[in-house]
Amino acid sequence: MNTIGKVTGIIANLVVVETEDTVAQNEICYINHEGTRLMAEVIKILGKKVYVQVFESTRCLKVGAEVEFMGHMLEVTLGPGILSKNFDGLQNDLDKMEGVFLKRGEYTEALDKDKKYSFKPLAKQGDKVQAGDWLGEVIENWISHKIMIPFKMKEEYTIKSLVKEGEYTINDIIAVVTDKDGKDHNITMTQKWPVKVPIKAYKEKPRPFKILETGVRVIDTLNPMAEGGTGFIPGPFGSGKTVLQHALSKYAEADLVIVAACGERANEVVEIFTEFPELEDPRSGRKLMERTTIIANTSNMPVAAREASVYTAMTLAEYYRSMGLKVLLLADSTSRWAQALREMSNRMEELPGPDGFPMDLPAIISNFYSRAGFTYLNNGNSGSITFIGTVSPAGGNLKEPVTESTKKAARCFYALSQQRADSKRYPAIDAIDSYSKYLEYPEIINYFEENVDKQWVTNVLYAKNTLLRGKEAYEQINILGDDGVPLAYHLTYWKSEIVDFVILQQDAFDKIDASTSFERQNYMLKKVISLCEKNYNFDSFEAIGQYFKRIINNLRQMNYQEFQSEGFKKFEKELEQIIQEREAA
Amino acid sequence: MEKETKAFQRIYTKLFQLTKATVSLKAQGIGNEELAIVDGRLAQVVKIMDDIVTLQVFAGTEGIATNAEVIFSGKAPSLKVSDDLAGRFFNSYGLPMEGGEIMGEEREIGGPSVNPVRRKQPSELIATGIAGIDLNNTLVTGQKIPFFADPDQPFNQVMAMVALRAKADKIILGGVGLTNDDYLFFRQVFDNAGALDRIVGFINTTEDPPVERLLIPDMALTAAEYFAVKKNEKVLVLLTDLTLYADALSIVSNRMDQIPSKDSMPGSLYSDLARLYEKAVQFPDGGSITIIAVTTLSSGDITHAIPDNTGYITEGQLFLRKDSDIGKVIVDPFRSLSRLKQLVIGKKTREDHPQVMNAAIRLYADAANAKTKLENGFDLSDYDERTLDFAKAYSEKLLAIDVNIEIDTMLETAYDLFREYFSVAEVGLKNEFVEKYWNKK
Ligand SMILES: Nc1ncnc2c1ncn2[C@@H]1O[C@H](COP(=O)(O)OP(=O)(O)OP(=O)(O)O)[C@@H](O)[C@H]1O
Ligand SMILES: [Mg+2]
Repeated sequence: MNTIGKVTGIIANLVVVETEDTVAQNEICYINHEGTRLMAEVIKILGKKVYVQVFESTRCLKVGAEVEFMGHMLEVTLGPGILSKNFDGLQNDLDKMEGVFLKRGEYTEALDKDKKYSFKPLAKQGDKVQAGDWLGEVIENWISHKIMIPFKMKEEYTIKSLVKEGEYTINDIIAVVTDKDGKDHNITMTQKWPVKVPIKAYKEKPRPFKILETGVRVIDTLNPMAEGGTGFIPGPFGSGKTVLQHALSKYAEADLVIVAACGERANEVVEIFTEFPELEDPRSGRKLMERTTIIANTSNMPVAAREASVYTAMTLAEYYRSMGLKVLLLADSTSRWAQALREMSNRMEELPGPDGFPMDLPAIISNFYSRAGFTYLNNGNSGSITFIGTVSPAGGNLKEPVTESTKKAARCFYALSQQRADSKRYPAIDAIDSYSKYLEYPEIINYFEENVDKQWVTNVLYAKNTLLRGKEAYEQINILGDDGVPLAYHLTYWKSEIVDFVILQQDAFDKIDASTSFERQNYMLKKVISLCEKNYNFDSFEAIGQYFKRIINNLRQMNYQEFQSEGFKKFEKELEQIIQEREAA
Repeated sequence: MEKETKAFQRIYTKLFQLTKATVSLKAQGIGNEELAIVDGRLAQVVKIMDDIVTLQVFAGTEGIATNAEVIFSGKAPSLKVSDDLAGRFFNSYGLPMEGGEIMGEEREIGGPSVNPVRRKQPSELIATGIAGIDLNNTLVTGQKIPFFADPDQPFNQVMAMVALRAKADKIILGGVGLTNDDYLFFRQVFDNAGALDRIVGFINTTEDPPVERLLIPDMALTAAEYFAVKKNEKVLVLLTDLTLYADALSIVSNRMDQIPSKDSMPGSLYSDLARLYEKAVQFPDGGSITIIAVTTLSSGDITHAIPDNTGYITEGQLFLRKDSDIGKVIVDPFRSLSRLKQLVIGKKTREDHPQVMNAAIRLYADAANAKTKLENGFDLSDYDERTLDFAKAYSEKLLAIDVNIEIDTMLETAYDLFREYFSVAEVGLKNEFVEKYWNKK
């Protein structure tokens, strides 16, 4: 029997429910409002009073309304059919909802019950299995979707029977397993899992040791992201957070991408809906949408569901990681999630922390980031979740609680600079302030040396140093005037401009420049460094500027050409000529 | 309305707590956000705890006595919608200002959001004739964008002009704390243009109680949804000034003892503003809601919580600035941005539009650098001098808000200026465009 209660208080979407029976923290309940069921989550229990946050508008709700507690936390449904779907923050399939407007209290099935999948067994009768072990696979779009022992099953089991290869729906029984007491359990292709609890059906979580190629040069070359790593992108409005995340979702070398649109613009999600079914994944040749799942809780959707949406996205990512896949999880913007927490905490009249955010905000954020990671599964395979969130700091000031808490949790920091955005130097990542801790990991350095280039890390540090020295020179030139500094300052400045224009700046809207492979990045990095290492003799600062502008223009033209194509080689040759002219003179 | 609800009306006369904006009383069977009349003033339920109901009184509680009459209406704020709305002006409660009544279907204001998968990507250009907008910051139907302006700038005039030229089927004006003069200005311009039948106004002036303002945007957007969904019309909603809306939010939250966040604004400011702006949408059947709003700044500070949160919500912003070189107000090309312009420029407009736009802005930026050099006492080069001359002409012929020309003419004007002051190489357009358009004349 489910616990029943009655509404006794309403303040916006915080509702107080009184009950005599058992309830659990984070338990889900439904409030019956004139025949409509409003979903809510328990967030505090004080004696008989249960505080719940409602995932919907509470307009016209009355004291006395009946509440039914469901005996479980907020759960998602896991199984084939998640890929390519557009869910809301509570995993309702948005495409299944009727009408143009979202209706309060309308919940739809996350998966398709009637669709048949061709199942192929991967285990056999008599095998000993535990949670997360693979029983079989179905093909979902083009990935191999593993059917696993449900994560809630905590013991070791023996497979009693397993269906043959064939067509099954997600609710068909595909296996029977026996526990140590001899009790049988039916296994289907679907299971449920509470979103706030990490799925830990893996053997170990080593430090990330591989690189995740994103195609974005200022990330890959200067501040690399590890497979299973974490990073965040803070930046004032309009500095390019969303454009950068969209670029990552298009070009990063992941098996699948989960995008959580958390409290941001609906039109930006529409952009994904419109473009991704058309765009091709350069690696697989399939449509991008086939590897993408969207969790959309846009800013006009209920605030409490915004908080749920990031957990829903993370849980789906963990599910696919358990299949041995490389998952990229993106959330835009985690600040909106923190704001949702703040609204609720204020309504509950909790003691506020800095800027009115809840006291435990840093812990909440770091717990969330810690769910990402590279894992070895029990069967020896590996899977990963790389997580990158955006942060929208109030007033663009990074000294605020969400940015500061996230900085402690994430290993990569991609700071977008207003100044760079204003001067249209996109992506506006400030390469000097930003960092990747992974660049210091010996296993990552090793990985670079073995897979990209022996000299790679040395070259990267050289490029960083060039940028830093260029910045200093530029400041001096600005203070003292073009004529007031030695020519060497101009040279130093222009060398850093080569790195800036050719490596940092990248046209997200150009078909070729938008994404660069490591092979190509290595080639260009070496080329740029060879130019920076040269000794130049000039007799005026104007001449320096003119000469370097020519070089930069040529290198940029190379960036716009297919790697090693005719066009690429043509501009490369022209570049050689410019250099030779100079050396001859 | 009275008649319908008479049977259900519950009347109370025992208030036990009054603050500047709220009253509390014991009552039963009351719905959250339900409307009531307290001593003849409109009020809304904001909190219910057991049998204690707290109401926010929009006009304030001055003079209300503990035995004042409270009549609950049994419903949330609503607006009657029908074609009769067109050509009329309403107050914050959705009642015609000239008196009388409107026939129509009663709709709750602040209704549900559009399912994101049912939206269409905006793709229809809105031509305003103003080059600072059409050339550099092109607007698209279904977009939401504010003017960021100092209080002394002519944002209402520009907005009225944009609205009249935009070829919208309906223009819905939400006047949030308008001065009476500005209200009369809008009426007069729309009247002079013979456009009154396309206008619907919801007006709260500075003479009205500030908290009443909170209803205006929702009223305006509910009317907009009626015309955009039911009639598949292109609706343009003007909201001026949403800074005053946010101020009213902070009044209410302060009086309800909520913990303020930055700049004494409520912590929910982002969600509150997003709820309004996200009503901008392109519907699949052709109807659309475009929102042009005004956010006034205090001493140009865009890091203040109101413009800051707005910037995080809207699809760009338009800055007005007085250009002292030409003595006119221009649309600032540096700080203004229309984020949806990519969807139309070079696609719905001539192919060279993006390049011409960028080249002109880059040269204008060079002029700004030259100016700084001059101010710091450094010598100017010949190129610097030419950029300064270019900047002045560019400002006068394209950026000034009194310009009213077609987009193709804007592009031609830009080429005229390029040719006059620069070489082909200095402008740096793609070769194919140089051949096609530079030498055309
Ligand atoms: N890499 C890029 N190349 C070209 N233009 C860019 C790039 N990044 C950003 N922009 C420009 O900046 C605009 C704003 O970018 P974006 O929407 O990503 O900002 P944001 O940081 O997500 O802002 P908000 O916090 O308001 O969501 C884009 O519409 C585009 O015009
Ligand atoms: Mg964004």
